[in-house]
Amino acid sequence: MAAPLGNVPDDLTPASPDKSPDASTPTSLNTPDPLDTVAPLDTVAPLNKPALLNAPASPDAPPRARAGRRWTGALHSPLGITAAVLLLAVVVLAIVAPLIWQDRADAVNSTAILQGPSSAHLVGTDLLGRDIFARVLVATRLSVGLALLATAIGVTAGLLLGTAPVLLASSTGHWIGRWVSRWISAFINIAVAFPSLLLALFFAVIFGVGARGAVLAIGFATAPGFARLTQTMAAGISSRDFIAAARVAGIGRLRILVRHVLPNIAEPLVVSATMALGSALLSFASLSFLGLGVQAPSYDWGRLLGEGLAQIYVHPAGALAAGVAVVLAAMAFNLSGEAVARAIGVRTPHTSKQTRNKRTRTNERTRTTPGLDRLPAEHPDTEDTNQPLLAVDNLRVAFPTAAGEVTPVRGVSLTMRPGEAIGIVGESGSGKSLTALAIAQLIERPGHAQADRLEFLGTDLRDDARSRGGEQLRAGGGLSASERRRMLGTSLAMVFQDPMTSLNPTHRVGRQLAEVVREHQRADRRTAWRRAVDRLAAVRIPDAERRAKQLPHEFSGGMRQRAMIGMGVMANPKLIIADEPTTALDVTVQRQVLQLLANIRAAEDVGLLFISHDVTVVGQVCDRVLVMYAGRVVEDLPTGALLHDARHPYTRALVAAVPDMTTDRDAPLAVIPGRPPDPHDLPAGCPYATRCPLATEQCRREDPPLAWYGGGRRVACWHADLAPAAVPDNRATAVPDNRTTELDHGSTAVPDDEPAASLGGER
Amino acid sequence: MRELTFEDVTVRFGSRRHGTVAVDGVNLVVPAGQVVGLVGESGSGKSTLARAAVGLAPLTAGRILLDGRPVQALKTRPLQMIFQDPYSALDPRMSIGASVAEPMPRGVDRRAEVGRLLELVGLAADRAGARPDELSGGQRQRVALARALAGRPEVIVADEITSALDVSIQGTVLNVVRELQRRMRLTMLFISHNLAVVRYVSDIVAVMRQGRIVECGPVEQVLLDPRHEYTRELLEAVPRPGAPLGN
Ligand SMILES: Nc1ncnc2c1ncn2[C@@H]1O[C@H](COP(=O)(O)OP(=O)(O)OP(=O)(O)O)[C@@H](O)[C@H]1O
Ligand code: SF4
Ligand SMILES: [Mg+2]
Repeated sequence: MAAPLGNVPDDLTPASPDKSPDASTPTSLNTPDPLDTVAPLDTVAPLNKPALLNAPASPDAPPRARAGRRWTGALHSPLGITAAVLLLAVVVLAIVAPLIWQDRADAVNSTAILQGPSSAHLVGTDLLGRDIFARVLVATRLSVGLALLATAIGVTAGLLLGTAPVLLASSTGHWIGRWVSRWISAFINIAVAFPSLLLALFFAVIFGVGARGAVLAIGFATAPGFARLTQTMAAGISSRDFIAAARVAGIGRLRILVRHVLPNIAEPLVVSATMALGSALLSFASLSFLGLGVQAPSYDWGRLLGEGLAQIYVHPAGALAAGVAVVLAAMAFNLSGEAVARAIGVRTPHTSKQTRNKRTRTNERTRTTPGLDRLPAEHPDTEDTNQPLLAVDNLRVAFPTAAGEVTPVRGVSLTMRPGEAIGIVGESGSGKSLTALAIAQLIERPGHAQADRLEFLGTDLRDDARSRGGEQLRAGGGLSASERRRMLGTSLAMVFQDPMTSLNPTHRVGRQLAEVVREHQRADRRTAWRRAVDRLAAVRIPDAERRAKQLPHEFSGGMRQRAMIGMGVMANPKLIIADEPTTALDVTVQRQVLQLLANIRAAEDVGLLFISHDVTVVGQVCDRVLVMYAGRVVEDLPTGALLHDARHPYTRALVAAVPDMTTDRDAPLAVIPGRPPDPHDLPAGCPYATRCPLATEQCRREDPPLAWYGGGRRVACWHADLAPAAVPDNRATAVPDNRTTELDHGSTAVPDDEPAASLGGER
Repeated sequence: MRELTFEDVTVRFGSRRHGTVAVDGVNLVVPAGQVVGLVGESGSGKSTLARAAVGLAPLTAGRILLDGRPVQALKTRPLQMIFQDPYSALDPRMSIGASVAEPMPRGVDRRAEVGRLLELVGLAADRAGARPDELSGGQRQRVALARALAGRPEVIVADEITSALDVSIQGTVLNVVRELQRRMRLTMLFISHNLAVVRYVSDIVAVMRQGRIVECGPVEQVLLDPRHEYTRELLEAVPRPGAPLGN
């Protein structure tokens, strides 16, 4: 009845659940996809686990998430507990089983051949009357041990291959090093693409049939995938500046590898290795099952499975026992890897994308406001009788997060007249960009914007009851969603910091511009193209006709930004919102872009909402400046007053902190001590109180409202009149600006019944 | 105190035929104990020149000298560099103390020295155990400065060290740099595209364009009385609140 081992598998496959095609090949580690697309380290997920990327990434989460805690954190999920229990069981069995059950497993009993399950033999006996259960338990050590050995070989070889480029390649280094590392990379690429079962069979033939051959085969089949992963992650780390710093400090390459590179990629590597162990176990079982692995008289699970299968019709339990063991053990490793991978998740916030913009956004999106405190609704601009271009009242932007709702914009109000230029300045994370996005209706789900009023060209932009802040839908007034989108598409233009991300890299620039009018104004192709060329010329792209046919990457940074602005003015907008449009550009190009914006504004009477962290740039472009802090406007003042006559201590500090061409070179720059308030824990009083030299008990207790101040200025500070004396500006040649100081003393009656506000206008 | 000299330095990336010449025959002297500010548009080769000085970019031609001796020949380079991106400048797995201790020469009392250096850049000595992710961008840049100082450098190369920082933090870092440079009389090559920052920190300004130095001289002279057309263009472009933009 004992069929030759080699012949059994195919027709009997259904009987052994673990022998699915996947389980029989050592592919899980080598599946090319996840390895080919391995992202830079920040997003590196251990193999095959894209789910990891979705782990809640909270860059502002408490930073003390240390490795140890993250690993033990794996234990807090059902998955983690299951994995831990299984893993512990496998390890304990591998150690103790042979000590306890060896005799029983080897005891030949010719009177009890091929018995079914009984109390004496839990899953019955085999051809020689040996207890199958005991044999399965005893085989744990060999099965796991061989899998460990194979994985160790694979991981070591993979590590050596994967880190070789780090050791060899160097910008100044010898050509041999570069040449060798290039060949290694090429070799890895080929090896990864090679089907691993084939590789295993190939090695089995070379090294001979037997445990040694199988270990080497599986080891070397594991290596390329591991090498690729190591290489990708090591390359990501090596490009960081701290590696360059270590090299400058004269640290040797091997030390750099050991001290800096390996520790930073260790976690994902360990996780992958754990999962690879599970795969190796399955592969080994398959090889033994096929007769290519462990040879009699030793036995591992694969062999037991093979032996059992021969008798599967006589008593199935005997065959299944080994199968179940393989599945459970493989699961123990795979689940452990997965649980740890989930627990460590996307890692601490050393993101490599360090554009200001990016950081700003992440910060903004994760600010929390426990108990969203609303600003009292402000008074509409009573001086302004004609219809404003843009009217925003009490705008809030919120995002749901794991820790509850976060409100990065907390009650922003502003009114813009047609053709006016308003600047928004503030630190990273103060909510500048979100304010702009909310006005343009570009807040993406699950975030949402609410406002008491959000009108553009007299049209209510708020689209549903939710964004109306719970207020009843007004009869009439609003357009339908598609009409609104069309109105925004033609009348409002948005310019972002990085034009490369806003232009489609695969389409000609001219075509992208033309699309705007084709979409919103149903212009025909020829007209649209002519307009695109015309607009490119208008934004001073030389040789616009030819340039329109080029792809974005053929443009320089400044030209791309101008093309973006050209796209914005395709359809005669009434408002341009520019979010740090020049931050990525150097001064000369910045000036061209600013001039362009100014010219468009002058020629076509377009309103401009200009966002920047640079007070000097804003001062040059805008009529009025809004200063934002912790999600609120803390001061609203004419540009002329910004440099020398701001009344909010924060505005003054912000201005003083930035050196300009007149700054006193012999005095230290003014600094703003401390940081913006922890978004998870906004104080009850003024959010600036911890950094403010004027802070009093009142400031810490009560949040100052943004109150009218005279001359159309608003400020949110209890002690605004003391600020100029307390926070001196840093300008060596302070030119007093008569225009604005005059205005301040002409006290416009504050249409606000906030008696507590001690305002300059009341002096 | 050392003098850093670039002599006909050329750096080419890629092959002779298809490569780009990032730095093209640069001659520049950074006098001992002084700060030379290097300005220029992006892509003009500022960073490449800096990296060449500390051995991170290969010289295609020319020499870089420290007090007249080629730096390549020196066994340990008394040069340190501070980088632009505070988030990638520190090993996230190492405490900041360990990072600062790394370039220290053998045989110093590392603990005490780390504490001293952290205090020097305005951080409490007991923060040595902190990880980079507990620090703000400005604090990280100060740690990077402390690490650079730990190597007992006589020359420091600072490449756009404040451009990734928020304006409110930029001032703190600039103050520390300026104060330490003066106190320790460091020789410094300070790169920035922000003329106001360069003006505040430097004694001498060099203007770079397309891989070449087009103008070089004392700060006041270059900024008040620029000789080269391109320098004038740069100065024109510096934003001045209230000043007309022109067309
Ligand atoms: N490793 C490299 N390989 C190929 N070209 C490079 C490399 N590094 C720099 N370059 C090129 O060298 C030129 C100068 O680059 P560099 O980084 O020195 O400019 P920069 O003045 O520092 O610019 P920025 O102000 O944007 O930092 C650029 O054209 C750049 O594309
Ligand atoms: S309200 Fe008080 S704490 Fe806030 S800015 Fe004004 S003076 Fe400072
Ligand atoms: Mg640079």
